[in-house]
Amino acid sequence: MKNSPSNDRRRFLLSIARGIGLSAMGALVWSAYVGEVKAAPLILRPPGALKEDEFIKNCIKCGLCVEACPYDTLKLAKPGDNLPMGTPYFTPRTTPCYMCSDVPCVPVCPSGALNEPSVSSYVKAHAKLDINKARMGLAVIDKESCIATWGIQCDACYRACPLMGQAITIEYSKNERTGKHAFLVPIVHADVCTGCGMCEHACVTQKAAIYVLPRALAMGEAGNHYIKGWDPKDEQRLESVNKEVPHEFTKTKLSEKSALDSLNDESGL
Amino acid sequence: MSLDRREFLKSAAAASAATAVGMAIPASVEAASNQAQAGWRWDKAACRFCGTGCGIMMATKDDRIVAVKGDPLAPVNRGLNCIKGYFNAKIMYGADRLTQPLLRMNDKGQFDKHGKFKPISWERAFDEMEVQIKSALKEKGPTGIAMFSSGQQTILEGNAALKLMKAGFRTNNIDPNARLCMASAVTGFMNVFGADEPSGCYDDIELAETIVAFGSNMAEMHPILWSRVSDRKLSNPDKVQVVVLSTYKHRTMDLADVEIIFKPNTDLAIFNYIAREIVYNHPEAIDWDFVNRYIVFATGPVDIGYGLREDIHHPKYKKSELDTAAKQKSKVLTADEGVSLGYLGYKAGDTLQMKNTETANNHWQITFEEFKKGLAPYTLDYTAHVAKGDPDESIEDFKAKLQKMADLYIEQKRKCLTFWTMGFNQHTRGTWVNEQAYMIHFLLGKQAKPGSGAFSLTGQPSACGTAREVGTFSHRLPADMVVMNPDHRKRAEEIWHIPAGTINPKNGSHFTQIHRDLEDGKVKFAWVSVCNPYQDTGNAEHWIKAAREMDNFIVTSDGYPGISAKVSDLILPSAMMYEKWGAYGNAERRTQHWRQQVTPVGDAMSDTWQFVELSKRFTIKEVWGAQKIPGLEGGLPDVMGAAKAMGYKETDTLYDVLYANTTAKSFKWPDPVGKGYQNSEAEGDKRNVIGSDGKPFKGYGFFLQKYLWEEYRKFGDGHGHDYADFNTYHRVRGLKWPVVDGKETAWRYNAKYDPYAKKANSGPFSFYGHAFKEIPSGNLQGVTDKTKVHLDGKAKIFFRPYMEPTEVPDKNYDIWLCTGRVLEHWHSGTMTMRVPELYRAVPEALCYIHPKDAEKRGVKQGDMVWVESRRGKVKAHVETRGRNRPPRGLVFVPWFDEKVFINKVCLDHTCPISKQIDHKKCAVKIYKA
Repeated sequence: MKNSPSNDRRRFLLSIARGIGLSAMGALVWSAYVGEVKAAPLILRPPGALKEDEFIKNCIKCGLCVEACPYDTLKLAKPGDNLPMGTPYFTPRTTPCYMCSDVPCVPVCPSGALNEPSVSSYVKAHAKLDINKARMGLAVIDKESCIATWGIQCDACYRACPLMGQAITIEYSKNERTGKHAFLVPIVHADVCTGCGMCEHACVTQKAAIYVLPRALAMGEAGNHYIKGWDPKDEQRLESVNKEVPHEFTKTKLSEKSALDSLNDESGL
Repeated sequence: MSLDRREFLKSAAAASAATAVGMAIPASVEAASNQAQAGWRWDKAACRFCGTGCGIMMATKDDRIVAVKGDPLAPVNRGLNCIKGYFNAKIMYGADRLTQPLLRMNDKGQFDKHGKFKPISWERAFDEMEVQIKSALKEKGPTGIAMFSSGQQTILEGNAALKLMKAGFRTNNIDPNARLCMASAVTGFMNVFGADEPSGCYDDIELAETIVAFGSNMAEMHPILWSRVSDRKLSNPDKVQVVVLSTYKHRTMDLADVEIIFKPNTDLAIFNYIAREIVYNHPEAIDWDFVNRYIVFATGPVDIGYGLREDIHHPKYKKSELDTAAKQKSKVLTADEGVSLGYLGYKAGDTLQMKNTETANNHWQITFEEFKKGLAPYTLDYTAHVAKGDPDESIEDFKAKLQKMADLYIEQKRKCLTFWTMGFNQHTRGTWVNEQAYMIHFLLGKQAKPGSGAFSLTGQPSACGTAREVGTFSHRLPADMVVMNPDHRKRAEEIWHIPAGTINPKNGSHFTQIHRDLEDGKVKFAWVSVCNPYQDTGNAEHWIKAAREMDNFIVTSDGYPGISAKVSDLILPSAMMYEKWGAYGNAERRTQHWRQQVTPVGDAMSDTWQFVELSKRFTIKEVWGAQKIPGLEGGLPDVMGAAKAMGYKETDTLYDVLYANTTAKSFKWPDPVGKGYQNSEAEGDKRNVIGSDGKPFKGYGFFLQKYLWEEYRKFGDGHGHDYADFNTYHRVRGLKWPVVDGKETAWRYNAKYDPYAKKANSGPFSFYGHAFKEIPSGNLQGVTDKTKVHLDGKAKIFFRPYMEPTEVPDKNYDIWLCTGRVLEHWHSGTMTMRVPELYRAVPEALCYIHPKDAEKRGVKQGDMVWVESRRGKVKAHVETRGRNRPPRGLVFVPWFDEKVFINKVCLDHTCPISKQIDHKKCAVKIYKA
C-alpha cells in the first residue's frame, strides 16, 4: 500500500522507468531496445486499456496510472523486461489487480489510453466508475494441472474471485472413482471475468493452473450467423452484424470461379 | 521396462484407484508401479489438520518427506484430500522451524523475564524447568502449575501428559485447546447420552435425505465431508435437501436448498420452533414407542451467567469492560427474553439475578406436558421475529424457510442428518443448543440409526482421540471418567499402578481459567504443548500481559515461533507430526496410528520425550507427600506409605514410576511392527542429540509408545470404549471404537450394530452411558422432588429456552463480530502460513462486511479499518466481496493471522456448563484506520 516504507524505493524505480519511457525517442535507447516497443501480445494492461495496438499508440508512458495504484500492482516496463518500455502492465501471479471500487488508475490517464467510459456504468445517463466492467484479460484453466479436477477440495480461485459465484462458479459432479465424493471444479465465465488475476495469485499449484491471458489471445469467436436459441440475450450479437459487416458472399475453393466459368469448364468430367 | 515420468504417474494413479475399488491390476502395470517407487518409501499416516481424519500416504526419501497422496484405502477420503491435506508434505519444513531450546536470559546467562531469547542446551532447559516447577509447587502446591494441552497432541503424548500432571504432580490443571473447540459438544453428549462422542458415523451421509449444516461452514472447514455431502446431493437432487443455517452467508450455502441467516444465539429459538411444530402441530410424527421406552424429559436453571469472572469488579478489568462483566451477576431481560422466560414468571425489564453460576448443569426430570408448556411461546411469528438475521430479507420469506426446514425434519420416513461445529459449540448456551439438536432427532425417532442422527463435527484432528478419550481436561480421566468420582480415581490409580489417594479429587482450572489464574498469580508455571493459547483465547490482551508482566514462568513446546512462543520464557523445539510415532482419533470415533517417518529437524524432540525427561527430575517423595489444595478440605494425603507398600522407593523418580516401570520395559524395541522404521524415543537417532543429562540421547531401550497405548486402552476395555491392540492399527485404516471382538462399531446405542446395546437386552436401543443418570424431578420452574431417579439405558430430551448473548450491539459498539477459520489455513496459522502456496492464496485475515455497512462508515473495499471492542482493537482490510457475505449488522474476521490478532477484540465469555469460550459473538465498532 501507499503508506508502506518501501514507497520511496518504489517511487524511485517508477521515476526511472518513466524517464526511460519519455526519453525513449533518444536514438541510443531506442535502437538498443527496438524489439520492446511493439505491441506485446501477452501483456496485461490496466483496467480500461484500449486494444493493444491502439493502447501502444496512445499511452504517453507518464506513469500516472502506476502511481495511482494503491497496491503496487501496476508497473512500468523497464529495459530488459522485454515488454514495451515505459508502458504500464501487471503480473497477477506476483500482484493481481485488487479491483478498487473507485478505479483510481483510470481517471488519471491524460491520453485516453485508459478509456474511462469502458469502465463506467450509466445510471440515468450519469456515469459512475465500475471496475466490474474492466476486461483486462480472461482467466483460463489448465485442467490437467488444476487439482480440483483431480478431486482435491481446493477451489482457492473461486474463493479468491472478487466476483465469486459470477466470474467463477463451481461445477459439481460425482467422483465415480471414489464412489462417494464429488468433484467441485471451477468454471470461468468470460462474460463476467475482468481478468484481475486474483485467481491466478491464489492458485496453490506450483505454476498456476488458472492464469490470465489477454482476451484476444484467450478467446475464440463464434460467428454471428448463428444465435443461441436457448439464450434470448444472444440476439444482441446481431446488432453488430447490422452495423459493421457489409454484405459479402462466401467463397471456398469450389466456388472460386463464377458459376458460368465452372459450368463451361468440362475438363474435370 | 523403462517408464517416462508421465507414464509412471499414470501407472501409480491407476494402482491407487484400482486398490480403492478393489479392481485387479494387470501384473505388468503393478510391477511398473513398484519399480518406479523403489527410490522412496510409502507409509500410511493421518492428515495433520481437521477432525475429518483423512488417511494419507507419505513418501520419504533420504530421511525427508518428499510427497504425500490421499490414501486410496482410507474409508473417509478414498484417496482424496483438501487443499491443506495436499500440503502435508511441506508443513514440517518451514525455514524458521525451532531447532534448539531458547531461554530468556540476561548477560550473565541467568533466566531473566525481561531478557532476550538465547539458545541453550536441553540440559539447561530442564534445569530451569525443574527449578521453576519446584518453586511453584513450594509456593502454591500442585495447583500452582498448569498445562495447556491440545486436541492436536497425539493420543500417546496426551496420555504421557495426563499421567505427568494427574498421577505425578497431582494437579488437575491440565486442559486442552479442545475446551475452546468441543467442550459444549461434550457436555451435550454427557447430559443427553451419559457418554461422550457421536452415535453415528460418516456413512450416515450417503443415506441421509435431509442434511442440515447448522452453525457449520462445512465447505471450508470439513471439505472432504462436504464433498461427500455434495455427492449425496447429486445422487438424488430432488429428494436430498440441504439446509444451511448461519449468521452470515458462506460457501456452504452454495449447495443449500434452504439458506437461513439468523441472528446470533437465536438457534435456541429456531430449534424450539421446530420442536413446537412437532409437538403441537404434528404430534403424529413423534415416535412414541421410542420416546416412551428410551427418553426422559428434563430441564435446568437459566440464571447461570455467562462464564465471565465471578468478581465483576476484578481489578484487572479495564473500565470499558465493566458493563459487560456485570452481566455475570445480573441482567435486565429484553422484550424477547420476557417472552421466552415467561414460564419462570419473568417479564421484559425484570432483572435476572444469576444465582446458579456454580450449579449451571443441575437438571431434573420433567413430564412431557411440562416440556410441551415450555415450547408454547415459540410460534412461527415469535421465532421469525426473534431470529431473522438479515434485515434486508422479508419476514414472510424468512418464515417460509423456517417452515420448510421444519417440514424437512418432520416428514415421515425421511432420514435426517444434522451437522454442526463451532456455531453451536462456541456459544454462551453451547451445551443447551447441542442438547436441542438431539431433542429434534429423538422426538422423531431419528437418532442412532443409519442415515439419521444429530452429528457433532469435530474441529481438531484428535479432539476426540486425545482430548476427550484420553481425558486431558481439568475434570477428566480416560474413557469418560472424571476425577470427582472416587471409583473412577481408584480405577485410574490401579491401571497407572500408583497409590490410592494420589489423584486429586478437585477439578482443576479449565483453559480460560488457567489464563485467569496466571493473571491472578495463582498459577506460577504453565506449559504450552501443541497449541497456541496466547493467540486462540478471547480477550487476549489480559493473558499476554499476565504472561509477560507477572512473576511466572511460561514454557512453550512448538515447531514454529508463534505468539505463544513469543510471550513465553522458555521455548522447547518440538518434533512435529510425522517425526514421531502417533495416533489420532477423528470425529466418527475412528482411531488411526502412524509410524515415525523421518528424523526430527535440528535438535527438536517430541513432546512425549520432553514430558518423560522432565519426569526424571522429580522423585516421588517430592510430589507424593501431603499437599494443600485450595478449596479441598484436608488437602491431598501423603501417599508415600502406600507407595512404599507397593514396592516403590523414596528415591524413585516419576520416570521410574510412570514411564519406565517393569510393564513399560516389557514392551521391547525393536519390534516387528517397527521394522524398517525409526523410533527416536526408543533408540535415539543419528543426530545424537545432547539430552537432558548433557550426554547424547541413546533412547529408553523399550517401546514407550506401545506401552502408553496398551496401558491406556485398559481404561476402555469392557466399558464401551474398547480399542484394538497397537499392532492392529498398523495394519488397518483406522477403526471406529468400540472395537469388540475385532469389529468396529458404526452406530452406537443401536442394538443391531453396537454389541453394548445388544448386551443391554433392552430392545432395539440402549443409551448405556453412565454420566448424569441420577437426577431429581420437578417441573419447568424447579425441583419438586429431590429423590433421584436412575435413568438406566435412557437418554434425555432437554427443554432449554432462548436467551440473548452476553454482549449485544449498542450505540457505542454497534455491530456484531463473528470469528472463524478459512479453508486455506489451520487454526492460528503456525503451519499453513509457512507453506508459500497457502500463504500466497490467503496472506492476511480480512474484515468481511456488508457493502452498505462499509459505506455507512465511509470505508470501501480494500480500506484499512479498526475493529474495536471494549477489550481491544485490531486493524484489518475491508472485504465487501469474497467468500463470506455478512448481512448488515455483522462482520466476520478470521483468526488465523497473528498480524490481525482478532482475539484481542473477542470476549472471554463461556458456556457456564462447558466453559467453552464463545468466539462467535461480541459487539464491536468499525472505523477507518
